[in-house]
Amino acid sequence: MKLKGLADLDEVKREGLRLLYPDRVKIIVGTATCGMAAGAGKVVETFRRVIDELKLEAIVEETGCIGMCQKEPIVTVYRPGQTKLVYHSMTPKKAEELARQLAEGNPGTQNALGQIFREKALLSGEERVLGKNGGSAPLSEAPDLDEIPFYRKQLKIALRNCGYIDPNDIRHSIARGGYYTLYKVLTEWKPDAVVEEITKSGLRGRGGGGFPTGRKWRSCRDAKGQHHYIICNADEGDPGAFMDRSLLEGDPHSMLEGMIIGAFGIGGDEGYIYVRNEYPQAIRKLTRALEQCHEYGLLGDNIFGTEFSFDITINRGGGAFVCGESTALMASLEGQVGEPRAKYIHTVEHGLRDQPSCLNNVETWANVPAVMGKGADWFTSIGTGGSKGTKVFSLVGTIRTTGLIEVPMGISIREVLEDIGGGVREGHRFKAVQTGGPSGGTILVDERGATVRTEPATGAYTVGIMPESLLDLPIDFDSLTEAGSMMGSGGLIVMDETSCMVDVARYFLRFLAEESCGKCLPCREGLRQMVNILDRICEGKGEHGDIELLEELGNVVMDTSLCALGGTAANPPLSTIRYFRDEYEAHIYDKNCPAGVCKALIAYGVNAEACTGCGLCLKACPTDAVFTRKPKAGESTPKLREGRDLHDISQDKCIKCGACFEACTFDAVVKE
Amino acid sequence: MATEAALKTDIDLAPAEALIAAYMDNREATIALLQDVQKHYGYLPRPVLELISERLNLPHTQLFALATFYRAFSLKPRGRHLINVCTGTTCHVRGAPMLLEAIERECKCKAGGTTADGRFTIETVNCVGACALAPVIVIDEEAHGRLTQAKLKKVLDQYK
Repeated sequence: MKLKGLADLDEVKREGLRLLYPDRVKIIVGTATCGMAAGAGKVVETFRRVIDELKLEAIVEETGCIGMCQKEPIVTVYRPGQTKLVYHSMTPKKAEELARQLAEGNPGTQNALGQIFREKALLSGEERVLGKNGGSAPLSEAPDLDEIPFYRKQLKIALRNCGYIDPNDIRHSIARGGYYTLYKVLTEWKPDAVVEEITKSGLRGRGGGGFPTGRKWRSCRDAKGQHHYIICNADEGDPGAFMDRSLLEGDPHSMLEGMIIGAFGIGGDEGYIYVRNEYPQAIRKLTRALEQCHEYGLLGDNIFGTEFSFDITINRGGGAFVCGESTALMASLEGQVGEPRAKYIHTVEHGLRDQPSCLNNVETWANVPAVMGKGADWFTSIGTGGSKGTKVFSLVGTIRTTGLIEVPMGISIREVLEDIGGGVREGHRFKAVQTGGPSGGTILVDERGATVRTEPATGAYTVGIMPESLLDLPIDFDSLTEAGSMMGSGGLIVMDETSCMVDVARYFLRFLAEESCGKCLPCREGLRQMVNILDRICEGKGEHGDIELLEELGNVVMDTSLCALGGTAANPPLSTIRYFRDEYEAHIYDKNCPAGVCKALIAYGVNAEACTGCGLCLKACPTDAVFTRKPKAGESTPKLREGRDLHDISQDKCIKCGACFEACTFDAVVKE
Repeated sequence: MATEAALKTDIDLAPAEALIAAYMDNREATIALLQDVQKHYGYLPRPVLELISERLNLPHTQLFALATFYRAFSLKPRGRHLINVCTGTTCHVRGAPMLLEAIERECKCKAGGTTADGRFTIETVNCVGACALAPVIVIDEEAHGRLTQAKLKKVLDQYK
């Protein structure tokens, strides 16, 4: 059915609402990549099977991730007229039990993360009260999901539908207000006014650079060319960042609607989505979403029966980090090797096929329908002076609650880590948080979208890895930049004392050296030399002067590289040297790795006082390096169980694989 | 110049012909074509590259540049199952390097290589976006999260 007007849209919406809130029990399983990795596939299977067996009138549905990836598989149970119950860490066994409880009409709450009393659709503004008593009085001991620490401080704009809809069904999206904004824009707005509104909203690019979206759109709209291309950068290459994946897997339509609105404003006639090959599920869902858009007449000729025509094609990336860079991405779209070019020629004027091209990332596009639907004034009421709206972060690493979050700009990093993330794991000390991807550092963009590197206002180096002293910084583009850090695409990777900063710097540099396209010499050769130096340091062969050499090389690479990859590549070593110089010195002068990571500098041993003789380490050792022995005279072995022998490690045979350390549940295996 | 005779190998070129036909009038889609070829054959066989070069009138060097620049492509045959060990930042700080070594030991094969029995090819990937469940490995398209050395053998045993 091709949608022609509001009446058609309303009809689909009614249908969608019936699907979202049916008259029977609905079991919704999060099956995004994170859910599947945690075993959601088997949970879905189990529900289907058991429901069949019990002849329970229930629907089993799949959805994206509601953010708490760590607690996946997450299952939400909808019951007509009652609160939604959200369960975490499901297993087939728990699923079977829950299905039986549902058949009896009395689901337990012992595994529940919380319950949802009210559901508000951001775009339609409609609120649905699910629980009895106006949804206010708790029905059971499970807390209000919105009030648990992980969600309390969040505000979802880009992720507005993730975890609430079946991303494979466009009707779900429309039920929550999807494509209404597009209809309004196409029928009531002039293209210039659309660009004006986006400019007024202060929306800035969410890919990391933070360039004002409205200004980019204006430059592209004003540029002369036969075609104007609208491109979505879904090549989320930063390790530790998965905002785009979650968005595409949980709600592809919000992003698509943003692109179509953008195309109308800019005067675009063809769209491309450049998506990572490593995200097969995102590609499948996008493909499905595009099919549905065609079916409903939201893409193709005469959208909504108007004069406006636009279409989108998906391109799979080939797995090259540098292709996240705009000029490299466009080269790759043209079927070439993804090498960046100098950016004094702006892609908004001469981009893909030398035509004006507007490239924004997934999150930016997903924000567009919200901005246009609720107005620039609404959007500017959220956030700080120079940074409006919210930002999605993937909060990962050695933190208690990891997952995907969306917070208003201006919140402090500490609030995110401690209030939302729950702080570092118990018994551990916070050490650093890494932002901005492998080259975490300051990337600023000039007026027309070209990347330039700027010196931070304070301090000698940009920060990619932040120590605890900087945690009270508010998260917004400007204050982070001023402090010499950056917003980045949104990966917040938390590290505690078990992470070695020299090893982390080496990790990032190796990654960048591998991903360097090799076009310009400082990046190609400089990074390699820096990796060699760091390798030496980690192997205990560091020499006096290495730190200074790293600093010098790093500055040269950053100053002389062609694109942002090399231009920011030295941030990890420079920022770790700046804040964790003592760790470098310990490696070089004391031949010691304080965090116990660098293999050449550590040895595994057994603490006799903690050893119970359980034998787990013996079983885990792949090289028979673990052996049993009787306690020596005078050796204190308070935990050793009767009739058991102590375990110990033969250094000759040990390959330092860490299997024994991992296997020991009594902290008896120690690193020295 | 590759001639028809030189293309005669034990590789069945008929599927390649069909794939190429779909992209005949779109030279920009070479990467997509190579992806399809890779998916069908498991790698980019030389005779197929030669065929593409001839059919689409593209220089060998250009195809070779693409095949070696992008990580998704392999010029060597791969095993029945592809193990992708995620070495993203989170996986790294949560022990991916040791996990990779354990896989290499278990399979008796280094990353980038294929086991002697052709069962596994081991590769690394920079991030699969399942960071909250780090460390993660992906076998074929199935992700296994929160993996430990102890659980590894059980996971690998599922793939014959």
